[in-house]
Amino acid sequence: MADQTLDAKGLNCPLPILRAKKALQALPPGGTLEILATDPGAVKDFEAFCRTTGNELMESTTQGNVFRFVLKRTG
Amino acid sequence: MAGENGGGRPASKSMSIIVTKGTLDWAYPPFILGTTAAAMGLDVTMFFTFYGLPLLLKNLDLQLSPLGNPAMKMPLAGMHMAMPNIASMIPGVDAAATTMMNNLMKKKGVASIADLRALAIESDIKMIACQMTMDLFEYTLKDMIDGPVLGGAASYIEVATKSDINLFI
Repeated sequence: MADQTLDAKGLNCPLPILRAKKALQALPPGGTLEILATDPGAVKDFEAFCRTTGNELMESTTQGNVFRFVLKRTG
Repeated sequence: MAGENGGGRPASKSMSIIVTKGTLDWAYPPFILGTTAAAMGLDVTMFFTFYGLPLLLKNLDLQLSPLGNPAMKMPLAGMHMAMPNIASMIPGVDAAATTMMNNLMKKKGVASIADLRALAIESDIKMIACQMTMDLFEYTLKDMIDGPVLGGAASYIEVATKSDINLFI
């Protein structure tokens, strides 16, 4: 289980990324954040976000029309 | 600041954006790219000039016009409706198009410009209001939100020479 869950369902670009960044900042280093989104663009965007910021994308899965990501605050 | 990247590396990249357009549709690209870049750890500076300057006004009153934009096709009952340029001449059509776009954005979970602008300020995006445009259109800093500093072309160029990405929108 992730330390925290962010429900970004129904939000469109760039809100899932902006909210995730905010939630990550509130976590201690090594903390994990689960994100639920319905924006299909989020799949590629969270990969790019993690590559650029150095945070770890631990999981990226799809269930129905909901995309689930688990990010680890690393640095 | 430590932890600026949500635990990532220290900010090493930077981006500048010249914001020249102030219609509802054109207000989106600079604020979306600016806030996203800031979220990804970049130092962002936005330079507001000409019709982009009113995006800093306390009271945002963004309008949309199909005039001169044949690419604007709004989804309607499963189809896409284009608006002929001449429709913009009819009083009320631009206002109706603006209302339509605002409703559509709300329905699709797209952030409002006011929200994105608040997020931009919150993420420490530096904003420069073009002094010449302020004089030209008779605005003062009192009309603007808190945050922007006044500057001119040289202020922007100095930022641009140090930025990894420079955009003109």
